[in-house]
Amino acid sequence: MNGNPQLSPEGRLQHLLTIEGLPPSILFHILDTAANFEHVAQQEIKKVPHLQGKSVFNLFFEASTRTRTTFEIAAKRLSADVINLNVNASSQSKGETLLDTVDNLSAMQADMFVVRHAESGAAHLIANHVAPGIHVINAGDGRHAHPTQALLDMYTIRHFKHRFENLRVAIVGDVLHSRVARSQIHALTTLRVPEVRVIGPKTLIPRDVEQLGVRVYHDMVQGLKDVDVVIMLRLQNERMNGALLPTRDEYFKYYGLTPAKLARAKPDAIVMHPGPMNRGVEIASEVADGVQSVILKQVTFGIAVRMAVMSILAGERGGNFS
Amino acid sequence: MKIQISNGRVINPASGLDEIQDVFIAAGKIVGLGQGPAGFAPNRVIDARNKIVMPGLVDLAARLREPGFEYLATLESEMFAATVGGITSLACPPDTDPPLDEPGLVEMLKHRAKGRNQTNVHPLGALTQQLQGTRLTEMGELRDAGCVAFSQANTPLMDTQVLGRALDYASTFGFTVWLQPQDGYLARGGVAHDGEVASRLGLPAIPTCAETIAISTILHLVRHTRARVHLCRLSSAAGLDLVRAAKAEGLPVTCDISINHLHLSEHDIGFFNPHCRLVPPLRSLRDRDALRAGLADGTVDALVSDHSPVDAESKQVPFEAAEPGATGVELLLPLALQWARQDNIPLVRALSRITADPSRILGVPAGQIAPGSTADLCIFNPDQEWVVTPQALKSQGKNTPFLNLPLLGRASHTVVGGFLIYEDARA
Repeated sequence: MNGNPQLSPEGRLQHLLTIEGLPPSILFHILDTAANFEHVAQQEIKKVPHLQGKSVFNLFFEASTRTRTTFEIAAKRLSADVINLNVNASSQSKGETLLDTVDNLSAMQADMFVVRHAESGAAHLIANHVAPGIHVINAGDGRHAHPTQALLDMYTIRHFKHRFENLRVAIVGDVLHSRVARSQIHALTTLRVPEVRVIGPKTLIPRDVEQLGVRVYHDMVQGLKDVDVVIMLRLQNERMNGALLPTRDEYFKYYGLTPAKLARAKPDAIVMHPGPMNRGVEIASEVADGVQSVILKQVTFGIAVRMAVMSILAGERGGNFS
Repeated sequence: MKIQISNGRVINPASGLDEIQDVFIAAGKIVGLGQGPAGFAPNRVIDARNKIVMPGLVDLAARLREPGFEYLATLESEMFAATVGGITSLACPPDTDPPLDEPGLVEMLKHRAKGRNQTNVHPLGALTQQLQGTRLTEMGELRDAGCVAFSQANTPLMDTQVLGRALDYASTFGFTVWLQPQDGYLARGGVAHDGEVASRLGLPAIPTCAETIAISTILHLVRHTRARVHLCRLSSAAGLDLVRAAKAEGLPVTCDISINHLHLSEHDIGFFNPHCRLVPPLRSLRDRDALRAGLADGTVDALVSDHSPVDAESKQVPFEAAEPGATGVELLLPLALQWARQDNIPLVRALSRITADPSRILGVPAGQIAPGSTADLCIFNPDQEWVVTPQALKSQGKNTPFLNLPLLGRASHTVVGGFLIYEDARA
């Protein structure tokens, strides 16, 4: 019940639940496969047959627009049948348990579940429960992991910086509550980025996060010095309630990305954000829309990366197609 | 009923006795050790060759889930499980539904438990009405109904004025107050130790200072009121240091730890194992090792099962949502033995932590094998291997982090008040 079920005994990817524990070879395989898929969007008919006849269930227990949509587009471009379920609104409110919901959908011959849930570990729970042959993709579980987001971020970094072994990357903001940050940290360290920094006030940095292989900065001006990549995290409004922060204004003053702070990074540094952005809270509009921002490219790459993950899970054919 | 237990290795931690000899039982009492009374004619002879004969275990924390949670477990199932675990006396916390805050409820529980002619059940009364931390319960009446001490169970008492008064009032009558030290504010929303694993898994965390602050508060109030306090389920090295200093100072405090915290750490959560969702949370390896050393040197007075049967449905949910707790009455003995083996603890001392020492805290005459004492005994084969499977566990709760682990030692016979109430035919 507590194992890591995403790899088969032969080391093949069965589910994508977390970046943690995946070897670099699998990450590179996903990135390379995504590169093959990137051109599909440029074709007149934006479809390939990899998932023809397969049913992909988008099982979202927590609201999402961007992630759900990009998964839907990715699955449709692979010719899968896509069923979107916003579970908050239906069965959960009638008292059905999470695993009952999954069992019912499995009985409808689901081949793949894309799961988002507000609680850490939900995707592991489902992956440990489903029958063999059904694949689970974690689209975000609580504060734990958001592996496809991290992969598309790695894809973006590789697109602009070409390699990982010489980079300095800073992740800025609410690391404590961020599943994106956790997955990014695992991905960056797995891909041998020599220096990963996390920057934020002490209330938003998890205890002992250094154990994950990062360096902690509380001063953003120092933390951004000479970095190649700046990743900004979204700040949820409710953080003001639990006495974690005083106000949005003060947060922006010390941890918002402004042109002046960005000038501390390398001149060719790129700026990333997993979205949705809070302009004027964690990022100034001049930066979000500026020449160093690659935020919209991230969204585009997200589709190819999710196509790659789905096709690899469905049968390892993704790499061979041309 | 006259019983002769022959050729067993008799260990009585209270006196340090550790010898192969016969035990003679008549009219519910031990009437002879080594040699029986003249003309002793047993109705039953139990051959205890290659086995250990020890006082029945005394468990300071076993939830029987009655009243109110019969869907999780019943008095019948859990008392039988305790018997299988060699436990002959247990204290049950007041966190039933309704909580044990009225004499009638306690009388009913005692009556139902007594009717089963099994393990002795000692209820802990609620310290405050509904465990809400605002109004005191009728402690005198509850004592007369059968409560041995008063407790808030897992519910923190946030109001220090009420806590101070509750201690003052309880100590008026000489009652011991059992408190689980965890600051309610710092623990709010948390499900795991504030360390490496919670950071990695993204689990809301509880810092160690939630425990140390609560202990400090309680110790200051003990100094002020001179009330006798038993601290339940310590989880941290820092908390243990505070208790050690308090004992050196001469404060009337005792403490216990659970079998889970004796053997496990935050790392056992692995990838969200819901059986490791416990209150207090499993902490670091350093903390666990300090608790083990503390149990060995006596800073920790007792080892408890913290038995909390939970149904499968309440565990098959994401870690944060999982109902906390683990089943334990059948694991107390083998896990105490495992600790003794791993840390080279003399058996007499290890067994003392689950017999004589908890019995002293409970304030009941149990946990002894001596002429004249009540015949509450456990006989077990220390070399018998068994695997913790749902089938092997008699408790209705199959929830334990030790699932599928092979363990050594299981009771073959349990005697309560001179009656052989459990016998494993295979052993």
